[in-house]
Amino acid sequence: MYVYDEHDRQLARERVAQFRDQTRRALNGELEEDEFLPLRLQNGLYVQRLAPMLRICVPYGMLRSEQLRRLARITRDYDKGYAHFTTRTNIQLNWPRLEDVPDILAELADVEMHANQTSGNCIRNTTTDPFSGVQDDEVADPRPYCEIIRQWSTFHPEFAFLPRKFKVAVNASEKTDRAAIQVHDIGLQMVRNDAGDLGFRVHVGGGLGRTPMVGPVIREFLPELDLLTYLEAILRVYNRYGRRDNKFKARIKILVKALTPEGFAEKVEAEWAHIKDSPTRLTPEAVAHFQQYFTEPSYQSLENASDQLAEQRFTNREFDQWVTHNVDQHKKPGYAIVTLSLKKTGVPPGDVSDRQLEQIADLADEYSFGEARATHEQNVVLADVRQDRLFELWEKLRPLGFATANLNTLTDVICCPGGDYCALANAKSIPVAEAIQRRFDDLDYLYDLGKIDLNISGCMNACGHHHVGNIGVLGVDKKGEEFYQISLGGDSHHNARIGKILGPSFAREDMPDVIARLIDVYVEKRTEEETFLDTYQRIGMNPFKERVYA
Amino acid sequence: MPNVISADGTIRQDNWTVVARPEDGESLALPNGPCLIPVDLWLAGHEHFAGRDDIGVWFDSHQEPEHLGERANELPVVAVNFPKFSDGRGYSIARLLRERYAYRNELRAIGDVLLDQLQFMKRCGFDAYALRPDKDAAKGQDCLNFFSQSYQAATDTDLPLFRRRAS
Ligand code: SF4
Repeated sequence: MYVYDEHDRQLARERVAQFRDQTRRALNGELEEDEFLPLRLQNGLYVQRLAPMLRICVPYGMLRSEQLRRLARITRDYDKGYAHFTTRTNIQLNWPRLEDVPDILAELADVEMHANQTSGNCIRNTTTDPFSGVQDDEVADPRPYCEIIRQWSTFHPEFAFLPRKFKVAVNASEKTDRAAIQVHDIGLQMVRNDAGDLGFRVHVGGGLGRTPMVGPVIREFLPELDLLTYLEAILRVYNRYGRRDNKFKARIKILVKALTPEGFAEKVEAEWAHIKDSPTRLTPEAVAHFQQYFTEPSYQSLENASDQLAEQRFTNREFDQWVTHNVDQHKKPGYAIVTLSLKKTGVPPGDVSDRQLEQIADLADEYSFGEARATHEQNVVLADVRQDRLFELWEKLRPLGFATANLNTLTDVICCPGGDYCALANAKSIPVAEAIQRRFDDLDYLYDLGKIDLNISGCMNACGHHHVGNIGVLGVDKKGEEFYQISLGGDSHHNARIGKILGPSFAREDMPDVIARLIDVYVEKRTEEETFLDTYQRIGMNPFKERVYA
Repeated sequence: MPNVISADGTIRQDNWTVVARPEDGESLALPNGPCLIPVDLWLAGHEHFAGRDDIGVWFDSHQEPEHLGERANELPVVAVNFPKFSDGRGYSIARLLRERYAYRNELRAIGDVLLDQLQFMKRCGFDAYALRPDKDAAKGQDCLNFFSQSYQAATDTDLPLFRRRAS
């Protein structure tokens, strides 16, 4: 993974010094609150319902074990000993003290981490597929490009005060999209053209929130080396013409819609024509420079451990289930991709204790070349585990609470912090996730139900990606009371789609029953092959509606 | 009179005044001394104003540098207004004037100009900053130089870090 050189280290140190100075001036009144606000947001610091909240950047989800250990120490020394993995592969601390934040940032900088641009109206952390570099169907490893984008966007002088936040995601797999790129402000799908050259298909104007939209394609093929100049052209058009008069209409998707995707693309192309050959154009040497950080670890040449695994699976049913659900195929024979589930019932989705962070670090060192990856589903991946050690790893994961074999099932809920922590929430989300997990506690039944994405957000901001859940749950406020609106049919993958609202909202205590009734309809109507989403698409909304509102 | 900070951090006071846009029905009244007038009015009255070294223009953040284009170099000073410091359009206007229209004379940030944005402004081609009067101009120098280098190319450098690394 990427390692800082002296330039990165110097910039990181200067950033900490800058924020220390800004915090001091804010505390002594030289900076007014509204002046400090974007400065602290661009260092990840919110002021939340209960305390400040610090969002630490995990660039495209990659973490080294020493970073996990440092995070653990920070949560112990400055917070209450736990942290939260977000749906944008960042990590949040819920209780830091404002005056400690410069010290926390200094501790992070020591291990090549930061909280730059994790909030505010600027370019945020670029996200990608957690299986990058280890799956066999990717066009190329997307991470060097993510790092190129990270560096280009870091402290970009022209784009620090955009109309609104701006999120970029990159996907390289041809079969699937684990980064939900079509619901990002810019979604980049890596492709090869007919001549075999590497490039990107560019989607712009996707996003969730108040006006959910799937991002249309504005360019089918952007050659690799043109990546940054083209991004700069898009951002410049957005910076100049995006709406600034209404916060709810300020995202780029509104501009794309107003101009039409064709009209928007024309403006971008016209701008790009001027800057296409500027010094911002990438060079093959520059790309090669970044690629050298993402070479393969020192894999051993192994055979697939098929017989051994088959026997272990045959004799141990729980292990078998775990392999089925939480282990994925690796491009190298003899290796496997393991996902640690952070969705154990009773634990808020994505939450980990300081001790667990250290355990993940130890596991990464022992089993996966010292690296781990955060996923947008709020789980953690060990990407390079030897197949012949899977059983041993599983036995260690179980007592740690990471072996819940529920990935991609109904209880692998994506869930934002909601009303328990977030000042913007209309309703709590964690208790809803938990109540549903408790209701569906029979793993065999869950497996029978197959793949279902259940996503929960505590308000319209959609941090829990409810619009693209096959079942989406949104907290709403009705005369001061917490209610939940359900949508069906959302999808965050290659056929990205925004879910449709089922009907009037429900009280919290009714939610497990309502979900159960929706599931019953699926079970009754499905054909053998169909997932929940397939059945919904075939039979439509009405059967679900009739059952729930009967 | 506001303090004007130069790109090197030195502080000066000068007598350029910003002339507000006249109300509907009123005509533009020029004060004594050098002044900055709305760019569209300068363009509309080009025959009166051309060649005067005591008249410059200012852009509001929604105005388009394309309308002035290369004529910018006829002006001794071009200013860009930040109605609110969080309105980032002025940064794009500045880069376009400098990089696309090769504007060479003074480019001044006016309006809600605070300390913590000075380095961004400098990187986008501003070389004079009319700091909001309640802010401490003596801090300008530090704030212009928080960072000793940058990742990206902008008006101030043709060498993004990836090109410096490669060499
Ligand atoms: S969706 Fe709303 S409630 Fe949930 S974390 Fe985001 S802002 Fe907070």
